[in-house]
Amino acid sequence: MTDNSFVRTESHPDLPPPVRHTGIIRWMRQNLFSSWFNTFLTISSLYLLYRIVPPFLEWAIFSADLSGSTYQDCTSGGACWAMVRVRFDQFMYGFFPTTERWRVDIGFLLLFATAIPLMIDGIPGKKYLAIFVFAIYPFVAFLLFHGGFGLEIVDTAQWGGLMLTLVLATVTIVVSLPLGILFALGRRSEMPIIRMICIGFIELWRGVPLITVLFMGSVMLPLFLPPGTNFDKILRTLIVMALFAAAYMAEVVRGGLQAIPKGQYEAAQAMGLSYWKTMGLIILPQALKIVIPGIVNTFIALFKDTTLVLVIGLLDFLSIIQSATTHKNWLGTSTEGYVFAAAVYWIFCFSMSRYSIRLERKLDTGHRN
Amino acid sequence: MATTEAAATTSPPVGDDVAIQILGMHKWYGNFHVLKNIDLTVYNGERIVICGPSGSGKSTLIRCINRLEEHQQGGIFVNGNELTGDLKGIDAIRREVGMVFQHFNLFPHLTVLENLTLAPIWVRKVPKAEAEEAAMSYLERVKIPEQALKFPGQLSGGQQQRVAIARSLCMNPKIMLFDEPTSALDPEMISEVLDVMVELAETGMTMLCVTHEMGFARKVANRIIFMDEGEIVEQNEPEEFFHNPKSERTKLFLSQILSH
Repeated sequence: MTDNSFVRTESHPDLPPPVRHTGIIRWMRQNLFSSWFNTFLTISSLYLLYRIVPPFLEWAIFSADLSGSTYQDCTSGGACWAMVRVRFDQFMYGFFPTTERWRVDIGFLLLFATAIPLMIDGIPGKKYLAIFVFAIYPFVAFLLFHGGFGLEIVDTAQWGGLMLTLVLATVTIVVSLPLGILFALGRRSEMPIIRMICIGFIELWRGVPLITVLFMGSVMLPLFLPPGTNFDKILRTLIVMALFAAAYMAEVVRGGLQAIPKGQYEAAQAMGLSYWKTMGLIILPQALKIVIPGIVNTFIALFKDTTLVLVIGLLDFLSIIQSATTHKNWLGTSTEGYVFAAAVYWIFCFSMSRYSIRLERKLDTGHRN
Repeated sequence: MATTEAAATTSPPVGDDVAIQILGMHKWYGNFHVLKNIDLTVYNGERIVICGPSGSGKSTLIRCINRLEEHQQGGIFVNGNELTGDLKGIDAIRREVGMVFQHFNLFPHLTVLENLTLAPIWVRKVPKAEAEEAAMSYLERVKIPEQALKFPGQLSGGQQQRVAIARSLCMNPKIMLFDEPTSALDPEMISEVLDVMVELAETGMTMLCVTHEMGFARKVANRIIFMDEGEIVEQNEPEEFFHNPKSERTKLFLSQILSH
């Protein structure tokens, strides 16, 4: 008769993994050469990179021209960055008067100096920074960019370039998020009139292309206003773009609201929290966290959509570059112009995307129940 | 059959010792009649266990008491105030009535301590330091003060449910409602939650508890209510209820849950 019972008296020691299962060789085996098809893809990708990257570097860096005042001065066969260098100030400020450009610099420096610390952990006094950025800065910025109180008035028609792009993007982003949240809450409201108004608003704006909306704002809206009222073009564009973005934002936020379990509402209600406190303290912090990728996605799309204002004659960053490359001195430099524009847009959009990833990690409070 | 302790009138109950009075209350989900002619009086300090097969309306009944569910007919009075559509009145009643849920429903984005202090700070306007002090004393009562700074997702089910109980107690409720507090727990965690509930019962708290834990019912309850198909079928003291059930449905139910 055999004894089937067994009691372990000591634990098995940890052993190192077999050599072929660690390190770079294992990684290459698994990721690059795991099958004949994968090997084929790896080799063809390497070949493609070889055909693309060195010529591009040659064009963009090694044989590029930085100096010169017309396209004819660019003789080395590479990119003619001289165009960007000569027109750089215009790309940044549009037709903002040269003597007043320090105001734009200060305006954006002030924004970066206050908004960036707001995004970094462990910086004291964030409450005051936030109050400044959201409540005081808009007025300061308006004063700096537009003028008044002793500063020379700069008509918005002279705004342009990256400055205009950033103004459009920042204002639209900052206005559309809270507005979108309100519409999302309204769409889920139990009050039929509010719900219907919100659904109507969202569906109306989502159903119309942004270009159409921009045309309506710039061409048709003035027809409905009493004659003589001069409603600033950039202000009209801002309103139209913010409302358009709010409709998209509302649907993103609604997705987050739907992901919150009913128990969260019930727990909040059972403790006597009012509707707004339930939303502000319990539901929205969780819902917005879930939809950070969607929100940032909308922000990025919005940032790039600001280029569409060129159809109503505003000279944003892209259109001012375009107009520079069609100037008689610089005919033939449109590739350089678009590559430069692409690089600048990419830097802004990529930064937003990185920040969103950091924010997601920071707000991750472990597995949910 | 339903033992009615109060005559079915719509006048509010009198006397300070009545905590909850439900008079001729009906509720429908669409065409489905979930609660049928419920009459129930709960006295201050009473501990009532509600049991019955699933779908019998027991959870719905206690959820009507703090109006997480709306009733369509009859009256519910909590501490002498009737539950009506008036939102301010409902919030006032909810401040006095704590509730513990089957799935805990802790707020996952807040720490344990923040979960506990949120309602005192925002609803009762207690200063933060004071609320935190009270919260810590309740966490000690449920024996997990060392978890105060963790997030709910880092705790076990039993610990989460004890936090949920402490969270309700932080509002100093006069009445506590428990909606199957141990049903979502792993077996080895049930007793730690029941222990806390037994201790709470010993303090004289008015408790209404929907549960299948018959050991707990026997030990703690003053009265057991058996519900089936939306009706209160039988209510009695635990001894009588378990040893001498009157109705056939109760006998069948008890034989099913006590057989193993």
